[in-house]
Amino acid sequence: MTALRGAAALVGLAEAAPVRDTGDHTDLSLAAEVGTAAVRDAGLELSDIDGLLTHPMSVVSRLVPSTVAEALGLRLSYADSVDLGGATAAGMVWRAAAAVLSGMCSACLCITAVPRTTDPAVLGGPSRRMTDRSPAREFEAPYGNVGATEGYAMIAQRYEYEFGPTAVARARIAVAQRANAARHPHAYFRATPLTVADVLGSEMIADPLRKLEMVLPTGGAAAVVVTSRAVAARTPRPPVLVLGAGEAVTHKSITYAPQLTTSAIREAADRAFAMAGVGRAQVGLVSVYDCYTITALMTLEDAGFCAKGAGAAFVDDHDLRWSGDFPMNTNGGQLSFGQADVAGGMSHVTETVLQLQRRADDRQVDGLEFAFVNGNGGIMSEQASLVLGVDQ
Amino acid sequence: MTGSPARSRLLPRPSSVTRPFWDAARRHELVLQWCATCAEHVFYPRSTCPRCGSGALTWRRSAGLGTIHTFTVARRATHRAFADRVPYVIAIVELGEGPHLTTEIVGVDPDAVRIGARVAVEFEDHDEVSVPVFRPVVSVGAP
Repeated sequence: MTALRGAAALVGLAEAAPVRDTGDHTDLSLAAEVGTAAVRDAGLELSDIDGLLTHPMSVVSRLVPSTVAEALGLRLSYADSVDLGGATAAGMVWRAAAAVLSGMCSACLCITAVPRTTDPAVLGGPSRRMTDRSPAREFEAPYGNVGATEGYAMIAQRYEYEFGPTAVARARIAVAQRANAARHPHAYFRATPLTVADVLGSEMIADPLRKLEMVLPTGGAAAVVVTSRAVAARTPRPPVLVLGAGEAVTHKSITYAPQLTTSAIREAADRAFAMAGVGRAQVGLVSVYDCYTITALMTLEDAGFCAKGAGAAFVDDHDLRWSGDFPMNTNGGQLSFGQADVAGGMSHVTETVLQLQRRADDRQVDGLEFAFVNGNGGIMSEQASLVLGVDQ
Repeated sequence: MTGSPARSRLLPRPSSVTRPFWDAARRHELVLQWCATCAEHVFYPRSTCPRCGSGALTWRRSAGLGTIHTFTVARRATHRAFADRVPYVIAIVELGEGPHLTTEIVGVDPDAVRIGARVAVEFEDHDEVSVPVFRPVVSVGAP
């Protein structure tokens, strides 16, 4: 159980600024640019990379790892594709660490890259998601339950039924993260201030969720390099140790979730903290998946930072900004940084590495030793938690 | 109850495993799979029981009654097929037999929908398939 603890380290990263339209870029060109930049950031050569993790991409329907490896010019002893939605990035990090621990590779590049277009001719075209034969297509789509928003709205509705109002607390999360985004040069909404009144007055999209508590879809790309401790010792920056990891997958459609208001984040986070031997109180930064405000609120509870049902009071009692007593999503979170699909999940990893390596400039959290990352896929379906840390 | 004249929606394409469900829906019956080993109903239709793995699932008619476990009101169409329905209520209903299913709540002001409300199935007929939806049960004599 504890063999993985500290066996590998994050030693470099690269991230493209989220944009609404990535132009002529493909998954492959974005992957190549961000992948090579991450290797360079780590002070390594492409020839040092012997492991690669990718994810489903639109540029090829199969054999993604070899396609990406060929584009970058990599020769690999370990290659795979991770398909956990928003939990993909956090899932990549522990898989890379496990591959390193097992001796299958010594330096694993983890790449997320998602192009996006605003071209209506492309956006209006046939959607691949709707041509499948999945249970979701057969038993959810006929009722309009085809995206993520309605599922999270149904979670939020049930949460308020069980535990009371959360609208103001949810808005406060969005507002605190917007303040953080003002200090990240790549954040999509860095120059757009936000107030609680703005959020509460924004358009109701799917009750009780309003427009300004939902992520803006963007294109983007991010990559990290995970290496053995031996390789990490040759890199120029403080290695960020993978101290603990946990994963939990309980359902695909929210209809069949074991519970709506308690997620599998509880299991994933408990496993990660137990493996790390780190307590919640030792964590100086949380970087948790925030596709919607309700996601972040529930994660605070399920990851064990407060009791179930106490999330709104916790948000009231704490300052979630980078300079506050409980720094959360210091890059703005995906709500303010932008959500580039699975690369949005990676943004929680990259920000945490920047913070732990003391590279977060104007938003640097002081005295940081341990951080918690959570990736969430689907409708609270796939969960991957990480406890990361640096030697003081 | 006969469904109202069908407006557009994304329609299911039954498979060999799920065809009995949709054939029953065509007769305006809601059916669920039953696992005799677990003594539990199974939904959505599967090849094997998700609790014990048994492949010996049979079909039973549901009473078609349940309660709203949660819901949302889609204020914008979630797909262009639903453009003429806005606003519409997407809900997870807990059937009396136990399973949860996603459906639409019809015949009610979306702003009047509440968690815990009792609902009954009805069927919306389309050319090739009939889609189960749920309507609040009007309680007689309630204050």
